[in-house]
Amino acid sequence: MKPAPFHWHAPTTLAEAAALLAEYAPQDGRVLAGGQSLLPAMALRIARPPHLVDINRVAGLDLLEVVDGVLRIGAVVRHAAFLREAAPGPLGALLAAVARHIAHWPIRQRGTFCGSLCHADPAAEWPLVAAVLDAVMVAHSLRGDRRIAAAAFQRGLLDTALEPDELLRAVELPLLAADARFGFEEVSRRAGDFAQAMALAVLRRGPDGRVTEARLGLGGVEPAPRRFPQAEAMLRGAIPDAALIDAAAHSVAQAAQPMEDEGYRRALTRTVVQRALLQACA
Amino acid sequence: MSEHAVTLRVNGIAHRLQLPARRSLADALRDGCGLTGTHLGCEHGVCGACTVLLDGVPVRACLMLAVQAEGAEIRTVEGLAQGATLHPLQQAFIDHHALQCGFCTPGFLMLAVAMLEEDPDMPEAEMVHRLSSNLCRCTGYANILKAVQAAAAAMAR
Repeated sequence: MKPAPFHWHAPTTLAEAAALLAEYAPQDGRVLAGGQSLLPAMALRIARPPHLVDINRVAGLDLLEVVDGVLRIGAVVRHAAFLREAAPGPLGALLAAVARHIAHWPIRQRGTFCGSLCHADPAAEWPLVAAVLDAVMVAHSLRGDRRIAAAAFQRGLLDTALEPDELLRAVELPLLAADARFGFEEVSRRAGDFAQAMALAVLRRGPDGRVTEARLGLGGVEPAPRRFPQAEAMLRGAIPDAALIDAAAHSVAQAAQPMEDEGYRRALTRTVVQRALLQACA
Repeated sequence: MSEHAVTLRVNGIAHRLQLPARRSLADALRDGCGLTGTHLGCEHGVCGACTVLLDGVPVRACLMLAVQAEGAEIRTVEGLAQGATLHPLQQAFIDHHALQCGFCTPGFLMLAVAMLEEDPDMPEAEMVHRLSSNLCRCTGYANILKAVQAAAAAMAR
């Protein structure tokens, strides 16, 4: 199908974009970034925004840069930008590994990192990365910038802490230490399809092999991705062996509250967490 | 409902169009430019039949507004053949039976053009990964892969 008619606005500055959103957000106006989720929803008439504020021509929103140990990802940086290492050290490798799971090659040329976070699909990869790495979201409106912690950003299924007139102008990801190791595992039914379950683990270990820092998150199962502090605590201070990894995976699977297919998703949770941890320990 | 004057540069030729904001790039190519080689299957980004090149990279033409393509170099399947001489990929698709009904073929050709222009020596595993972007429901992917590999070899000569 074709989208319902709408007015298209193409600002070239951030100030102009904020002013347009202030004017049109109360009339259900939306931000158009990569359009790889919004335009299909419009074609299916699930979404019928009467105004689109297209931010693709806004100067400066395509910046992807490392400043003071933080990777700053502008609002229109595409998924494809992460396929080649976009940051030094393990963070760049992590983002490149995850990016290959996002939809298909042509979709990755248009879809954006920040747009994925705003859309807040429970089965999307970037929101899991943001949650596990404690990203900071920088929202912008006529009121100025507002910084939002990842844990407070995605409130549930397709729901975020953004106000209707706010634009997610950038996301900040802290660089990972050079000795950090990660594991990412996703199960989907077809290549490029939405995740049934996915897990991201990031571990640091001391010279004696003991875990000094543990981050472990699950996506695609609950309405929003999140970390699992109890499982992380099991790993911290321990030397991870097969039994401990299985116990941590079991703990996540028990704590998770699947949206659907409860038994299957719990089993899948255990599997993806176990595999992600094994990769991070390899 | 906003109407816009847009110039689309397709296969090196400028097309001046007047169209509503909701017109997709795919529809503008077909209806506005008369270039019906770009096919529309699902119209929501799943099938890849509408894949075209935008400044050298493959995109779903159904998931872009035509107004967004102003200033970009667009390439479609009509731009592949040089007169009566088919592009090596088109010839390879025929030689290796990489199409039956042909509906998905324009999208696969543009996807494959982008693959081989980016990396003429693309490893098979990466080819398989990229070709999974588009749907073919009759030929199957084995012959499409063979055709792309054959074209890569022909283009290297």
